Amino acid sequence: MMSFRPMVALLALSMLPAVAPAADDVAALRAELQELKSDYGARVDALEARIQQLESSGQAAAALPPPEPSPPPAPAGGANAFNPAISLILGGSYTSTSRDPSDWNIAGFPPSGGEVGPGERSFNLGESELTLSASIDPYFSGVLTAAITGENEIEVEEAYFRTTALQNGLSVKGGRFLSGFGYLNEVHAHAWDFVDQPLVYQALFGGQFKQNGVQLKWLAPTDLFMEFGAEAGNGDGFPSTRRARNGLNGVTLFAHVGGDIGDDTSWRAGASWLDQHAEDRSAGEDAVGDPLLEGFTGDSRTWVADAVFKWAPSPRRQLKVQGEYLHRDEDGTFVFDPAGIATLANYRNAQSGWYLQSVYQFAARWRAGIRYDSLDSGSDTAELHPDRLSLMLDWNPSEFSRLRAQYDWDNARDDGEQDRILRLQYIYGIGAHGAHKY
Amino acid sequence: MKNPIRILIVLLAMGGAWPAQAALKVLATTSDWGALVTELGGERVNVYVATNALQDVHRVEAKPSLVARARTADLLVATGAELEIGWLPVLVQESGNAHIQPGAPGYFEVVSALRLLEVPTKVDRSMGDIHPLGNPHVQLDPHNIALIAHALSARLAQLEPAQAAYYAQREKDFDTRWSAAIARWEAKAVPLKGVPVVIMHRDQAYLCHWLGLNEIASIEPKPGVPPTAAYLGQLVSKLTGSPPRVIMINAYNDAKAANWLSERVHAPVVTLPFSVGGTPAAKDLFGLFDDSLDKLLAAVK
Repeated sequence: MMSFRPMVALLALSMLPAVAPAADDVAALRAELQELKSDYGARVDALEARIQQLESSGQAAAALPPPEPSPPPAPAGGANAFNPAISLILGGSYTSTSRDPSDWNIAGFPPSGGEVGPGERSFNLGESELTLSASIDPYFSGVLTAAITGENEIEVEEAYFRTTALQNGLSVKGGRFLSGFGYLNEVHAHAWDFVDQPLVYQALFGGQFKQNGVQLKWLAPTDLFMEFGAEAGNGDGFPSTRRARNGLNGVTLFAHVGGDIGDDTSWRAGASWLDQHAEDRSAGEDAVGDPLLEGFTGDSRTWVADAVFKWAPSPRRQLKVQGEYLHRDEDGTFVFDPAGIATLANYRNAQSGWYLQSVYQFAARWRAGIRYDSLDSGSDTAELHPDRLSLMLDWNPSEFSRLRAQYDWDNARDDGEQDRILRLQYIYGIGAHGAHKY
Repeated sequence: MKNPIRILIVLLAMGGAWPAQAALKVLATTSDWGALVTELGGERVNVYVATNALQDVHRVEAKPSLVARARTADLLVATGAELEIGWLPVLVQESGNAHIQPGAPGYFEVVSALRLLEVPTKVDRSMGDIHPLGNPHVQLDPHNIALIAHALSARLAQLEPAQAAYYAQREKDFDTRWSAAIARWEAKAVPLKGVPVVIMHRDQAYLCHWLGLNEIASIEPKPGVPPTAAYLGQLVSKLTGSPPRVIMINAYNDAKAANWLSERVHAPVVTLPFSVGGTPAAKDLFGLFDDSLDKLLAAVK
């Protein structure tokens, strides 16, 4: 007990200084709090006034040079932050032909199986092209272009990765991609200067050749543009076929050079070589749509020369002239089946073709173009030398829309009779702003 | 096949033999950034400018010559904020040059040093060519140039640490001359404050903002959209009551609509250089502002 009492006393003493001043200072604290409140009130008022002042003077806030760079606007957060760039191309056309388009063919050339010919009459929904692209990591980027066709099918146009971290002008691409040979093969349909591909591309590659494989490209470290590329693929795509074997199934080599002539003129020229192989490549379908037993097996080698020239004397005028020559040698065997009895024979043929086209932007939003196509099927018969003349006019209200009219005098058919084709086309782009190749 | 391979080997050897101690190779997207890099880098930089002042930087092509320059560049100086979106991504992609990929030290966007005007709160292409990240035509406010110079000089030093002192010295020298010039320009430009002007495109916004010019109308109804006859007619009736003192266009613009308007609202058309090289007097960045101010002051006299 004795020891307990002093402790209570001590406790009481120790509490005294805390309790007593507290009782005294309540009023003082209140006053202080009141002071703080009014102080903050005044500050908030001052800040509000400043905000109002800045708002009323428009963007005056930006006039003051910031002491240090302001951070860029915060990107969308969460799971959406890494969404790829998305762009969609909408296209369609109205077609009027003087002859039935279902019997369209290119005289003297095997059917190339692609999207060739003038298409069907009247209104046609074109391919809607959906492209997703983004960096994959610091080393690769990826692109997918899917085409949703008017026939309600989805096709993988392109799906590839490419390297971004390689040095010394090297880059590698892999997957499915438009092969880098020539000039027009790598140009996407929505960026074509005419509604369709030149006849020679339709005849020799079914429009465009897509490589399923890899591409290695090297750019020379010179002021003159010099690019060298090599591709290897699985051979899927006319004129080659897939084969049941390992290893390379078709090799493409290409080289391009280019540069400027003064401030207004630029050019690019190239040469390419494709070494391909076909096995039992079908020669098409019979009258009821069954595949013919006829077919080609052998080597198919194509070389291509291409050149483009652009003259842009003002931001609103541009002249573009381009031409390509393609030559193909095929060597192998062919199964003939004229009377239901298959006969094997040696087959050797050289076919070639070229086009020359020119497009002139004569006003900020208007372009006119002319194109001539010519083919040599390797036969001496006069009818087997198809050609075509096309005129084009397009109106481009903005970078994202294009309305086009094209008129063709088409002498492609094997009966030698001309088809006159009128096509009206629209092309619209929505979503991410695409960057176009030269 | 033998010859192409031999040529390839020779070219590869040439690539390997590129002099390492040579000046820093810089690819600048516009003549303004080219001029600034030259001011800051002196003889240590070898500058190639991708466009000239008479081109519309929105609509430039990824020409082979530019891809070739991107291939060998140590530093790419671009505006950013999507100004060059139609062609620069192709150059960077095709270059096979890891040094100038976005995010690498050799990739410099000038807007990274600035606060942009006119950052839209809503974007939709029905509004014309608007830039989601803000107005990218930043070169016509000299205060912006000062900020860019600071950041760009630091980047040069980062790329060539051994030359940091050299770049710092040049930046200090440039900053002294530039600050003096700004003071001179701002004193001279006092009569321009509040002067009503008609502009062509939003690419003149920074100049108007800096000089306190009062933009009362724009010849383009929406950014990048050329005026229709009906719109110009409305513009005339709108401006007749309160006419502008000046109609401002840039060297690369088509003067037709501006001249048409000029006759009807009785205000002179002033063709500004817009970028270094846009007029004969705009030889460098100092000349760009001298000439822009002289032309505007002469018109309002």
